[in-house]
Amino acid sequence: MSHFSPYFGEFGGTFVPEILVPALDQLTAAFENALEDDSFKAELGALLKHYAGRPTPLYEATHLSPNPLVRIFLKREDLLHGGAHKTNQVLAQALLTKRMGKNEIIAETGAGQHGVATAMVAAMMGMKARIYMGAKDCERQQPNVYRMKLMGAEVIPVHAGSGTLKDAVNEALRDWAANYDTAHYLLGTAAGPHPFPHLVREFQRIIGAEAKAQMIEAIGRLPDAAIACVGGGSNAIGLFADFIDEKDVELIGVEPGGEGVETGKHGAPIYMAKEGILHGMKSYLMQDEDGQVEESHSISAGLDYPAVGPQHAYLAKTGRAQYVPINDDEAIEGFKALCRSEGIIPAIESSHALAYALKRAKAASKEEVLLVNLSGRGDKDLNTIMKLEGLL
Amino acid sequence: MSLYQSLFERLRAKKEGAFIPFLTLGDPDLDTSFELLCTLVENGADALELGVPFSDPVADGPTIQAATLRALASGTTPKKALALVRRLKDKYPEIPVGLLTYANLVFAAGIDQFYLDAKAAGVDSVLVADVPIKESAPFVKAAKAAKVAPVMIAPPNASEATLKAVAQLSEGYVYLVSRAGVTGTETAAGKPLGHIIDTLKRYQSAPVVLGFGIAEPEQVKAALAAGCAGAISGSAAVKAAEQGPEQLAAFSASMKAASR
Ligand SMILES: Cc1ncc(COP(=O)(O)O)c(C=O)c1O
Repeated sequence: MSHFSPYFGEFGGTFVPEILVPALDQLTAAFENALEDDSFKAELGALLKHYAGRPTPLYEATHLSPNPLVRIFLKREDLLHGGAHKTNQVLAQALLTKRMGKNEIIAETGAGQHGVATAMVAAMMGMKARIYMGAKDCERQQPNVYRMKLMGAEVIPVHAGSGTLKDAVNEALRDWAANYDTAHYLLGTAAGPHPFPHLVREFQRIIGAEAKAQMIEAIGRLPDAAIACVGGGSNAIGLFADFIDEKDVELIGVEPGGEGVETGKHGAPIYMAKEGILHGMKSYLMQDEDGQVEESHSISAGLDYPAVGPQHAYLAKTGRAQYVPINDDEAIEGFKALCRSEGIIPAIESSHALAYALKRAKAASKEEVLLVNLSGRGDKDLNTIMKLEGLL
Repeated sequence: MSLYQSLFERLRAKKEGAFIPFLTLGDPDLDTSFELLCTLVENGADALELGVPFSDPVADGPTIQAATLRALASGTTPKKALALVRRLKDKYPEIPVGLLTYANLVFAAGIDQFYLDAKAAGVDSVLVADVPIKESAPFVKAAKAAKVAPVMIAPPNASEATLKAVAQLSEGYVYLVSRAGVTGTETAAGKPLGHIIDTLKRYQSAPVVLGFGIAEPEQVKAALAAGCAGAISGSAAVKAAEQGPEQLAAFSASMKAASR
């Protein structure tokens, strides 16, 4: 039997058509088996080091901090091969795919970063990849669409619904229901049906584990707060996982406030706190009174998702973590601030976490150390920024 | 005796199978939908399977997705969908009506309340497409309390343990899925699943009805020959309805004829 419960409190579960249950059971077994297998750990460890470039640095952004009382440290997942934290768990799931005797990968992608990581690893391991991406996201993340194609993946634009991540997940689930015998659904975030929220967390845990050791090396103690942006929640849960039991470390998840949470045009389901069931899980979900899922809005494709992983819903409900919205324009300010002060171009997703850290630092009246997960780099977002500036 | 029980007994006596067409409630709008449903009943449908439109129908293929979008675009809500069932049942009280819905619509209404409302509308059974056996306990409990039959899906890849649970929990009928994948006629129904039907019967399940990819009278015949008590046709019925009431009537009549 599984040693991970499918539920985090009341959140989580396995809400999928019955036909997908055997595939999820198979994945759970492969995952739990791998966690106890030294050869799996050795193979993954070697890939993380030599292919992906771990450990990533921890960098103190002294020029960014607007307040001498506040030290801001960046966990540089943007320096990982592929340009974002996504590579960590994609390598692990690709190894699991092989262990399950499958050679095809189905994936969904929002910003395209998960798609790029998947395409990259599929190419490297000689597997076929089909990647579903909302039509609107294909447009705003064109360079990533081209990257995936260069590496041999098939990119399938999804026109249904809002043409964003939620609809790409629906299509990936449909594909999986037809092809589970030969294909693994390599889900990109710590959401979806059991065991994905656990699986993705376990393989993203390395972010926080490294950062913890690096903080101690840098300042001899843990940070006062660990901060990360939340789309589905993978980079945030990866950063948080090893800090959850460190009660003195505040955990802050930053949701996309879009045009403002009061406008309804946002992607902040935890802020709304309405429970629901979508994509295999019970969690917080943006929805109308009847239970129809609402479309989310965010300038960042990677955060444009109306639900959130179930462990975040649980951490929010139990009060262990705080979740705050940051609007599009605040995120853009954070983006520019890091470009100018440190010569680092962050992903707009990560800029949400930065913007919160900056806001908090400006307001701080006592010494504080903030750890911000820089989940990805911003090259993919140049089109979006240039359009905003009227340059495109 | 439930309407399903009396239907299947009546059909067994006549050596017939059940033809159960599916349409999405409110597609393309509530009034047209009502007319189309009456057309089905007048042209041989033994029971109806009716979709409550949901924004994210992951178990459905392109045809039913499109029907869902049309129904939502014309303002169909779960409440209006149930009112449509009520209207239909007032006209045809003897026809068993099953709802096909998704977990979030049930959850949003409150699980217990959803089944009570369904019962009040005259619904005989409810199948929740994204609630597998593992998660079914609160849904089955509420269904039984409201005296609505919970319908479970038996997929072609199910383990013996799953089939046993399906047989034990499913009331009215068991929905046997003919093949991997989602609804639609893009992929034809798979081969008859004799071993699954046998296992379900060994566990004394409710009558087994085959669905997914059923579009031709021949497939209805094959399903009955394999030991099913009936066949459900969704995407093909939706496509026929798209062409108009005459086409839908002809479709329904020919599928029913194959079940005799
Ligand atoms: C750079 C970056 N950060 C964050 C995210 C959000 O995903 P998650 O919440 O799973 O970390 C994405 C998703 O595409 C991303 O590309």
